[in-house]
Amino acid sequence: MYDSIIIGAGMSGLAAGIRAAYYDQKVCVLERHYTIGGLNSFYRLRGRNYDVGLHAVTNFTPPGAKKGPFARLLRQLRMKWDDFGLSPQLMSSISFPGVELQFDNNIDLLRSEVAKEFPAQIDHFDRLISSLLDYDDLEQKHFEISTRERLQEIITDPLLVEMILCPIMWYGNPREKDMDWGQFCIMFRSLFLEGFARPFDGVRLILKKLVRKFRDLGGELKLRTGVSQIKIDHGRAVGVVLDSGEELTGKNILSSAGAVETFKLCETDEDVHAHTTGQLSFVEAISTLDTYPRELGHNKTIVFYNDSEKFHWERPTEDFCDVRTGVVCTPNNYCYDEKDGELPDGIMRVTALADYERWRNTNQDNYQAEKTKWFEAVQASAARFVPDYRSHVIDTDMFTPHTIHRFTWHENGAVYGATRKWLDGTTAINNLFLCGTDQGFVGIIGSIVSGISMANQHLLARS
Amino acid sequence: MTPAEIRAAIIEILETIAPDEDLSNLDDAKEFRDQMELDSMDFLDIVMELRKRYRVQVPEEDYANLVSMQSTVSYLEPKMADLPAE
Repeated sequence: MYDSIIIGAGMSGLAAGIRAAYYDQKVCVLERHYTIGGLNSFYRLRGRNYDVGLHAVTNFTPPGAKKGPFARLLRQLRMKWDDFGLSPQLMSSISFPGVELQFDNNIDLLRSEVAKEFPAQIDHFDRLISSLLDYDDLEQKHFEISTRERLQEIITDPLLVEMILCPIMWYGNPREKDMDWGQFCIMFRSLFLEGFARPFDGVRLILKKLVRKFRDLGGELKLRTGVSQIKIDHGRAVGVVLDSGEELTGKNILSSAGAVETFKLCETDEDVHAHTTGQLSFVEAISTLDTYPRELGHNKTIVFYNDSEKFHWERPTEDFCDVRTGVVCTPNNYCYDEKDGELPDGIMRVTALADYERWRNTNQDNYQAEKTKWFEAVQASAARFVPDYRSHVIDTDMFTPHTIHRFTWHENGAVYGATRKWLDGTTAINNLFLCGTDQGFVGIIGSIVSGISMANQHLLARS
Repeated sequence: MTPAEIRAAIIEILETIAPDEDLSNLDDAKEFRDQMELDSMDFLDIVMELRKRYRVQVPEEDYANLVSMQSTVSYLEPKMADLPAE
């Protein structure tokens, strides 16, 4: 009998596992995939390392900072700042036709860019910053009000509204068209008031440290161990049935599988909120270059682009992908420590919106053809906003919504999960809880904080 | 344990919780919350460590005694006086 059974060995599940293990619980983390990471994983292909998910660790604060989610999670996991090996970004931009806003990890750059490009809006922009500083993310009041409406009350130039929304929606909005105000405030802070960083060795460094800590504390990690059912008896979760048929019993269950995904595992009649299933998924076109991007004149870390004045954050309805907007991530362009040197290759990753259903339902031959076609289309779209690197590509890989679903089992390949969030992590079953993307925090730091806080509130308080 | 030994034990716990923190300049009279930004979950961890390491129980209604080093040591003194020094 386990004190806690945790479903999913991603950032949130592992962090929750560490907390439970600190409190001497008998705890296991169950993962269906053969490796750890979930939505933030990694793989090796033709001798090269790739990250999935991680473009940038957001919520970056420098060593010595005691406030903010990153400092808080270090204390809760008893880790050192150096354990994450984070190097800050160089500089990023929001690029629309004819207008660009550059930003880095100091809000002053973005402020001066807004003052330069939108002189009439700078006071409004300052007002926006103070209003979102006032947002209390612990109280979560007005979490679900419309961000577009709030922004239009404060910022009177519609183009600036779209330019602010573009990066924030890209990095964590599960809803189409509009965004929850609470989510917006949290994300704005994590992107612009805290900032971007990346470990030289990528996401694997963070994951491996989490796993080592969890195991050292006596936690059990079981890979290739999918959960096919959560057993409910008289309104209580009593354990799980594994894909192998084996059963495990536990006092509490914490699931990072996603809300709808978790409810489907329960043998109850509960409405699984089909309408809240996320609709937004992505393709990513990853290119390895024969040179470093800076040699081509590209010095930015992340470029969020959109090719018209209006930003469309919607599932593509006409085709496999929508390449009007995208994100270009260049993992080479971080301030890495001198002792780390350079990444072995120049890499350009371009992400675009994609329709899960089309990618899912096409046959094997056509799938490959569409991949080739859309790889080109995504790169061509990005080449309008970053130096054209296409003649330097020596190796490529691409993931689609189908790939995301295949390895994470998240419905619709929806990276940011369901359109509503379960902020307190509770469900209709009183000892079954949610953590991770559908609890409400996104990003690497956000997921870890989710795992920590849900474990603290629901697993430790009851032990 | 003497008050000085209890203080050293608390420092050790704080070092585990916040390995990056330089505790040599800790002001014993000032609140941990202000000096180290500790939140309620961190205090729960201190209580857990006291229980694990010294079998000292701190009931929830006594958490307020753990605000600063000074108040923590004086609160723990009667509870830990009979424990042997490490």
